[in-house]
Amino acid sequence: MGDNVIDTPNVLLIRGADVLGEGRTDLLLQEGRIVDSGSLGAPPDAEVIDADGLVALPGLVDLHTHLREPGREDAETIRTGSSAAAAGGFTAVLAMANTSPVTDTAEAAERVWDLGQASGLVDVQPIGAVTKGLAGEELAELGLMARSRASVRVFSDDGKCVHDARLMRRALEYVKAFDGVVSQHAQEPRLADGQACCHEGELSGRLGLPGWPGVAEEVIVARDVMLARHTGSRVHIAHVSTAGSVEVIRWAKAQGIAVTAEVTPHHLLLTTDLLTGYDPTFKVNPPLRPEEDVEALREALADGTIDAVATDHAPHARHDKEHAFAEAAFGMLGLEQALSVVSTVMVEPGRMTWSQVAQVMSSRPAEIAGLDGHGIALAKDSPATLTLIDPTATYVVNREHSQSLSRNNPWHGRELTGRVQATFLRGRQTFTQGKVLA
Amino acid sequence: MKHLLSAADLSRDETLSILDTARQMHEIQQRDVKKLPALRGRTVVNLFFEDSTRTRSSFEIAGKWLSADVINVSAKGSSVSKGESLRDTVLTVGAMGVDGMIIRHHASGAPLQVSQWVDASVINAGDGMHEHPTQALLDAYTMRERLGDLAGKHVAIVGDLTHSRVVRSNLMLLRTLGAQVTLVAPPTLMPSGITTWAGSDGFAVTYDLDATLPQVDALMMLRVQRERMSGGFFPTPREYTVGFGLTRDRLRTLPDHAVICHPGPMNRGLEIAADAADEGRSVILDQVSAGVAVRMSVLYHLLAGGES
Repeated sequence: MGDNVIDTPNVLLIRGADVLGEGRTDLLLQEGRIVDSGSLGAPPDAEVIDADGLVALPGLVDLHTHLREPGREDAETIRTGSSAAAAGGFTAVLAMANTSPVTDTAEAAERVWDLGQASGLVDVQPIGAVTKGLAGEELAELGLMARSRASVRVFSDDGKCVHDARLMRRALEYVKAFDGVVSQHAQEPRLADGQACCHEGELSGRLGLPGWPGVAEEVIVARDVMLARHTGSRVHIAHVSTAGSVEVIRWAKAQGIAVTAEVTPHHLLLTTDLLTGYDPTFKVNPPLRPEEDVEALREALADGTIDAVATDHAPHARHDKEHAFAEAAFGMLGLEQALSVVSTVMVEPGRMTWSQVAQVMSSRPAEIAGLDGHGIALAKDSPATLTLIDPTATYVVNREHSQSLSRNNPWHGRELTGRVQATFLRGRQTFTQGKVLA
Repeated sequence: MKHLLSAADLSRDETLSILDTARQMHEIQQRDVKKLPALRGRTVVNLFFEDSTRTRSSFEIAGKWLSADVINVSAKGSSVSKGESLRDTVLTVGAMGVDGMIIRHHASGAPLQVSQWVDASVINAGDGMHEHPTQALLDAYTMRERLGDLAGKHVAIVGDLTHSRVVRSNLMLLRTLGAQVTLVAPPTLMPSGITTWAGSDGFAVTYDLDATLPQVDALMMLRVQRERMSGGFFPTPREYTVGFGLTRDRLRTLPDHAVICHPGPMNRGLEIAADAADEGRSVILDQVSAGVAVRMSVLYHLLAGGES
């Protein structure tokens, strides 16, 4: 993927960006790479971008995106999802397999990959299903997907848990052959079935909403880290949402078990009390949790127990959300405001540095997914794949101003600090001054 | 007051006003000619997304006796399965110019959501496992008629509390009226977080029905939802009856002045013995009768526009 030829007509000089907190640095971009850095003069033919006061990070990588194509192109397409990603500072996204048809064959994976290439705004790397049709019964063609043009390395039945312990064990063993990783949607279905939609606790009791207890996540996390230890494989826990899961992951890492984990922006900021008004915008799986869980997730992200921020960007057409809460679709948008949320929750209060943000939103996700050409520190000879951020810009989110086809934006009306100003994929600007560059 | 979505919407004064009006309505029920002109020219729709003969009929009769034009719309089944969103369904009905929407829905919160989409007054006629405020009003009405002012009276609510919308509304309304409430159920049938909730709202929770019975002024037995037995909430019906049923033996420990309520339908022999359902302290049929009067009162308060 990193070898794609991108037309880069101009030599670009990004002047005065703060490169990972190392102070003002000029970056000279040519033919998709950073050809020089430091205190530079502008070559005569260079387009100069004034980045004074902006922070430059390696392009963001999202381990968990739903692009809805094929099957629900009314909610999102690979093209519109890629636009939202570029606007959010992303240069690569991992597209979940729960499309229609499911990405469970090499052909399906290649189709997603090709459409991503055609959009050219971000690298769209398909995630393969673990089981055929996400049915949880038989392994999908994991090896063929790995060998395909799409070089699938991440496998997930996201939306559903691989709850059969034997099947999960086999999946973990099988992907070792090509250094794959299984990304688990941890939800024990006997403890939290498909109807479960509200964190189980006092509020679910009061509201009369089917409860989704934290332990339904934690028992699967605990089981899977033990399976990862037994098999010697890599397991990745998608959208961790409880303090209990964090404890298990922290323990597992201390044991040397190859477990990685992600947290979503919404689980870092939003709490379960938002469900009081039954607004389906806030219906997500796993559900929003109480403040004590949210705080544990922030702490775990800051101390490295949780490796990555992943959006779980889940676009839905309006009519799929305009149902009674228990019947509305799960999921919320995430790509466009992810960086701002992390900035607001973690950087502004001094809990993380921009260097740590680069790690959790770029380098670690790229490493977990085995993505070449992404997540690489900005220096001479590295890919010109980067994001410029204004760390002080404050704005109020308006869901109507979105690159996504959908409007289920949980941040609507909320003030956030830290905003993406420009995105570059291998030297080409994909987003600048509020516009996606086709 | 435009809508009645939750028992929590009602202040003590509003509650008493509805109950007092209901008494007048109840008197009208005893007349040969039961019609009042209060809602003439108003249109009320019973929009029921799940079956309910009892509540739907009660609202229908209430509306008709107030001279409203009442339309029944059965929207049984999920709006999702029909391919139409709930919002589109209620906007369609609302566009017909109705003044009041009485909504029964299998999903908690649906009436609240609907109230945000339509101009009509919305009455919650039972939503999922959440609330059933007119049931709580008719329960309070019935108990008040027998026991007088409910302030300081002790009401025990017994049974499948987890899945009961009746208990949530009753809890709030009875607290508003100053009653002391004790909830009795096996731990598996208690709503999530109930102990924290109880601590903040000042009601009691116990698993011991026998210790509770001698102290109560009113006993409300809730239906065991047989369809949920497979969920392993309790081992067998026999064990449930022994632990939490109002059996003939337990009936003897109930104070003579106490009343027995049940929102129906009853599982005789399971949560309530036939003797208990039919004896003099039982007000179960009074509740049904009061239901019409209370719903007339609610419709009057919401839709009559201040006319007397």
